[in-house]
Amino acid sequence: MGYFKNVKKAFKLKNYANYIGVVAFLILVVVLNQFGMVNRSSVNLLNRIGYSIILAVSLNLVVGFLGELSLGHAGFMCVGAYIGCYFANYLGTVIESQFVVLFLSMLVGGLVACVFGFIIGLPALRLKGDYLAIATLAFGEIVRCIFKNLPSFGGATGLITKTYRPSFSLAIISFVTVLIMLIFVQNLIRSKHGRAITSIRDNEIAARAMGINVTFYKLFVFIVAAFFAGVAGVIYGHLNSPVSYDVFSYNYSIEILVMVVLGGMGSITGSILAASAVTFINFELQDQLTGNLAALKLIIYAVILIFMVLFNNAPSFKKLRKKLSVKEYLAAHQKKAHPEKIRDDAGAWDRIETKIKMDEILSVDISAQEPFKADSPEQGGNKDE
Amino acid sequence: MSEYVLETQNLGISFGGLKAVQDVNLRIKKNELYGLVGPNGAGKTTVFNMLTGVYQPTTGTFFLDGEEMVGKSQETINHKGIARTFQNIRLFNNMSVIRNVLVGLHNQPEYHYNPFTGMLRLPAYFDCENRMRDKAKEILRIFGLEEERNLLSCNLPYGKQRKLEIARALATNPRLLLLDEPAAGMNPNETAELMEIVRFIRDHFDMTILLIEHDMKFVSGLCDEITVLNFGTVLAQGDTKTALNNPEVIKAYLGD
Repeated sequence: MGYFKNVKKAFKLKNYANYIGVVAFLILVVVLNQFGMVNRSSVNLLNRIGYSIILAVSLNLVVGFLGELSLGHAGFMCVGAYIGCYFANYLGTVIESQFVVLFLSMLVGGLVACVFGFIIGLPALRLKGDYLAIATLAFGEIVRCIFKNLPSFGGATGLITKTYRPSFSLAIISFVTVLIMLIFVQNLIRSKHGRAITSIRDNEIAARAMGINVTFYKLFVFIVAAFFAGVAGVIYGHLNSPVSYDVFSYNYSIEILVMVVLGGMGSITGSILAASAVTFINFELQDQLTGNLAALKLIIYAVILIFMVLFNNAPSFKKLRKKLSVKEYLAAHQKKAHPEKIRDDAGAWDRIETKIKMDEILSVDISAQEPFKADSPEQGGNKDE
Repeated sequence: MSEYVLETQNLGISFGGLKAVQDVNLRIKKNELYGLVGPNGAGKTTVFNMLTGVYQPTTGTFFLDGEEMVGKSQETINHKGIARTFQNIRLFNNMSVIRNVLVGLHNQPEYHYNPFTGMLRLPAYFDCENRMRDKAKEILRIFGLEEERNLLSCNLPYGKQRKLEIARALATNPRLLLLDEPAAGMNPNETAELMEIVRFIRDHFDMTILLIEHDMKFVSGLCDEITVLNFGTVLAQGDTKTALNNPEVIKAYLGD
């Protein structure tokens, strides 16, 4: 089978680490649940981690890979949550199976969010950097206000939804969704379209000159990111009832951005870990600090965030980071095994022979230009403009 | 099909009251190495920017193989067959060397697959990616960059970054290649090597090349014909030797 040969050829454990991690975590959770070690609050936490990962990874697609700052991600989630759950409420009267309702409403919520992604993607073609950030921020607030003022969506009390029971199944579903999303997003990034997207981030002028359709890819990324944010919104809506507009404020958009920045822009593994960590910290703080201590929540949260950022980036922690880094450990290990092996970024590919003979092409008589040789490096370095 | 690959007619642009370039008439035959020279600020790069759609010319027009190109977007002009390099290198710095070239190959019809094929890794994905990689390596081999293919492009030495930029432009399979000061910042050995490479590209890929360069040795050794610009107007045009020996040109470069 040619197809499987290709899959095997492109196989690299590093590329599958995220999938393996998520599956392993899922199995662990299921096993723990079998022994009755997962209580209700942990199930709630699991669900939150699930949709946080979806949000962080999809925002990373915009911020980390396309290189546009978007502060309206909670807005897409809001659209998904309201529309998806409204649809689910309607569908619940027709279809018995909870799962089918959830699945269909995820699709609908995601697709409607896509439409909004397209709409917000349009100004993104004209606006850059801070200006786009403000436009997306405004979008998030506008969406929130619209749903707040629509009586059919519950108005100020929020949309009453039918929550998914048992919520442990919802946790499983949300992690399976995470897995599916990871497959889609990672495969997209590692295809030629992903290269086109990252080339826009690296140098838009050069990307245009290389014939990359910048308009298409910007819209495409906004649409894909909006889709997954919408799906996350539907999961949220099936966890909490009522779906309230005040959750999707710009604070939440910023929190998603914090996850992305903390995990490293352009790093999917980083987004997953950071989303889990931030959600976990938030949840635990809310859980543990009750009464008068609740006021401390934000302070402690901020302090932890500052420490995480410092640990990730400050030069003074470099040594410690190196010591703890799994990547470094693996790299050191691999180096011992194959010292001079050059690898492509998508698996090992055989050398191909071509008709071109380099030595013949480059047979230039260098000795004729000897006198220049001594000062040539300086001369070469300074001519940059 | 016209006789010329690139033909410009009274091409000119003004920014407000400033006439940056006026009445440039270039006629470049197929397979020709054509030079565009002139003192700093003469408007050479502006001509390139007009030819690639970055700026829209305010007067005149230009044709690629007889097809009018004015008013088309940068992407379309690239698809039609004009590729360029930049004076100040614009590589995709956070991408590996081979990926830079792969981005250049992006629009070739033979490597086309849609985003969903990529997302689902259907057989076409592997087929295209394999072929793209082979092609990219072949291009990198010409420029002697094959060993460095997994380095980040920003970590390459300056001369190799220049070469990589040419390789990337070449990957878009152009009919006309515009090189903006390809030898800037290179030492004499590298310049000599680059001259061989440019000639090789012309012969091997059947390419027409228009280049801007300050190094007169490079220009006189390489170009069949040149146009000399000064203050946005054409000073001299034609056969390299005669144009460079034109007293007006010498005056523009060296003063009275």
